[in-house]
Amino acid sequence: MAEDNKDAIRNLIFRIADDQLIIGHRNSEWTGLGPILEEDIAFSSMAQDKLGHALALYTLLHEIGEKDPDTLAFNREEKDYVCCHFVEYPIGEYDFSLMRHFLFDSSEALRFGMLAESSFEPLAKIARKFRGELRYHTMHADTWIKQLGSANEESRARMQSALNECMPLALGIFEPSDYELALQNEGIFPGEKFLQDAWIDHITPILNAGELRMPDVGNCTPSYGGRAGFHTEFLKPLIDEMSEVYKIDPKAEW
Amino acid sequence: MSLKSLDPRITREGLPEEPDNTPVENIHHWTTFEVFHQTKKGDRHIHVGSVHAPNHEMAYILAKEQFARRADCVSLWIVKTSDVYQTNYRDEDMYENNQEKMYREAGGYKVMERINKYRKEHSK
Repeated sequence: MAEDNKDAIRNLIFRIADDQLIIGHRNSEWTGLGPILEEDIAFSSMAQDKLGHALALYTLLHEIGEKDPDTLAFNREEKDYVCCHFVEYPIGEYDFSLMRHFLFDSSEALRFGMLAESSFEPLAKIARKFRGELRYHTMHADTWIKQLGSANEESRARMQSALNECMPLALGIFEPSDYELALQNEGIFPGEKFLQDAWIDHITPILNAGELRMPDVGNCTPSYGGRAGFHTEFLKPLIDEMSEVYKIDPKAEW
Repeated sequence: MSLKSLDPRITREGLPEEPDNTPVENIHHWTTFEVFHQTKKGDRHIHVGSVHAPNHEMAYILAKEQFARRADCVSLWIVKTSDVYQTNYRDEDMYENNQEKMYREAGGYKVMERINKYRKEHSK
């Protein structure tokens, strides 16, 4: 790995890892409170998968010179996290959480699909490993979207309004970095713009199958800033709660 | 006053201290589906439990995570519980085994003597 690519790769992995960690923690907040028992278990299990993905990515960062995974996850300043705003938002009602699960996970599945072909082999290897889990996550999300998008007037209206609320936040997933060109030229990752276009092509027919209408993306202002360390007011309390036990004794053996 | 809990997520909700005891309407109940899993190709599918769901697709995504997230699994069958033809426990006596029918079981044949005799004759 050339030295000038190292920053680009490090930044790319941090973005993905932080997204996984924060969405995993957020979604785990449904554990015990889910709408029905079976869905509670399924949603919690997928939240655990996200933490597993975050661990694998932080471990890779550690291998290329960053601190150990626990320190990266629990002991950084808020401004050092580069997750997008979308994953920071509170879980809200289940319509919001399901819509976020659908929009976020479909972007992740596409992203890891692209990364599976990455010229940076250690990342490609991780991306290939997650393929099966992500297939289930998107199947779970797609099925719910189709179901609630067409079940009755109330469910359709609630999902449509969740979609409208989520769209500017979801577009924030694709906030470009300073390294887009380097990543493309080196065949590491085709870039956020490329991913966003593929994502829109992918989600539109699924939403339409559930009688939901895709908002006019051109009229949405993407919620940017997270990738540069500027976060919503929701992230700091989340980090504090998540790292509360860790910070009692950072050297404890688990 | 709202409900205070050791779980910060519950406290945050600002729920009333007394639970809402309104009965759930029937329309809010989903039906049940029976789940069968197969641990490897060619094995039989074994019943592992049931899930609540409004249709087969939803039952499948829920069953996958209830019953196939840890154990080996290559395939699931999902069957609507009402589609399973069940016998009645009233008919239990039908399944009782009559001891006098031992002659119909393989163990009832006294063949070892003949086998041993044959072996003895042919071992030399």
